[in-house]
Amino acid sequence: MTEVLLFNKMPAFIKAISYYLPQKELSNQELSALFPEWGVEKIASKIGIETRHIAADDEFASDMAIAAANNLFAEHGIKPGEIDFVLYCTQSPDYFLPTTACILQDKLNIPVNAGALDFNLGCSGYTYGLALAKGLIAAGIAGNILLLTSETYTKFIHPSDKSNRTIFGDGAAATLISTNGYAEIGEFVLGTNGAGANNLMVKQGAIRHPAKNTGLVNDEFGNVSSDANLHMDGPAIFSFTSEAVPPLVEETLIKNRVEKTGISQYIFHQANQYMLTHLRKKLDIAPENFYINMRQFANTVSSTIPIALAEALKEKDTAPGTKWLLAGFGVGYSWCATVITFN
Amino acid sequence: MDIEKFIVEFADQYDEIETDGFGPDTKFKENEEWSSMTALSVIAMVDDSYSVRLTGDDVRKSSTIQEVYDIVASRINS
Repeated sequence: MTEVLLFNKMPAFIKAISYYLPQKELSNQELSALFPEWGVEKIASKIGIETRHIAADDEFASDMAIAAANNLFAEHGIKPGEIDFVLYCTQSPDYFLPTTACILQDKLNIPVNAGALDFNLGCSGYTYGLALAKGLIAAGIAGNILLLTSETYTKFIHPSDKSNRTIFGDGAAATLISTNGYAEIGEFVLGTNGAGANNLMVKQGAIRHPAKNTGLVNDEFGNVSSDANLHMDGPAIFSFTSEAVPPLVEETLIKNRVEKTGISQYIFHQANQYMLTHLRKKLDIAPENFYINMRQFANTVSSTIPIALAEALKEKDTAPGTKWLLAGFGVGYSWCATVITFN
Repeated sequence: MDIEKFIVEFADQYDEIETDGFGPDTKFKENEEWSSMTALSVIAMVDDSYSVRLTGDDVRKSSTIQEVYDIVASRINS
């Protein structure tokens, strides 16, 4: 008799989500006063943003991640001692080394026998984080994973770059992924295309191009930046998402064996309302099944999905069996989607 | 594909400037309204109306409506 070892994959669930936004805000009126020639009101209404939160000069992504984690602990009665893994998604680490997640473990009083690591992704970071957490649970490596997403793109943006200042805001989110919870994490579809790396980039400041004082350049639309600033080719990113996101959604539905109409809420990375509406129409999804909530948050990069998810949980039906599709896409290029099912 | 129809669709992406005089040779960036938002709208319009993917580079390298039309037409036929 051959002995068969059955490996029963442990399922993974979202158990709790909280977020944190910095106190300081930048309204459309303030942007309008700074750039009177730039039709801020018109553009902001198209992209669906009223205000953005901006980290204080002495407030960094890791501080915001701590605030989000503390909100999670307080709002959901979770104790730091329960956490056995920290996954920290950021492109604004404190240092080259150590990985910021080690500092977070210490500051959050998470036990020393917990694992901890940073991963560098932007708009696809949250769904990638869910994939990594699910893998850790399925393999029996960890059981209570604290996924933190935190970004301060506003620190990268040149003060005269009106386009990026209109779109991006700072924010952080904390999600507990566990062996039990209210929504099971389903199957994933992921993708990468580094050919688009240059279209959303902070070129200077790391090893290949150390920070140095190079000149400012004006792009074709009159946005000012240097190689030390955030550079985004908006039309190129828009073109990429139009091409990549519809097949990502279709493949995710197939992999999760669910029809398009079997998803009651589609929650995409909240890039901007204009892009989201274009994708919604292209995918033929009804507005009531497509969640957009970014007026008060702007594009917080890796935290847009958990912030939208936390807000949707307050207002949308989550009866047992309800399925939501989550899709992240952007800088890299990188993309990743999954389906969550409420129990 | 019809250039006259394309010009009307292209002009629809502008909300503020007068577009009655738009024609094949119109240099569509040489006005005060052109912005990354308009560029994005043109990419969206081409995707919606012709199911053609226009890249950021296509828009960057074009200066007249005819040039954009030619790119779209070549991709429809290919």
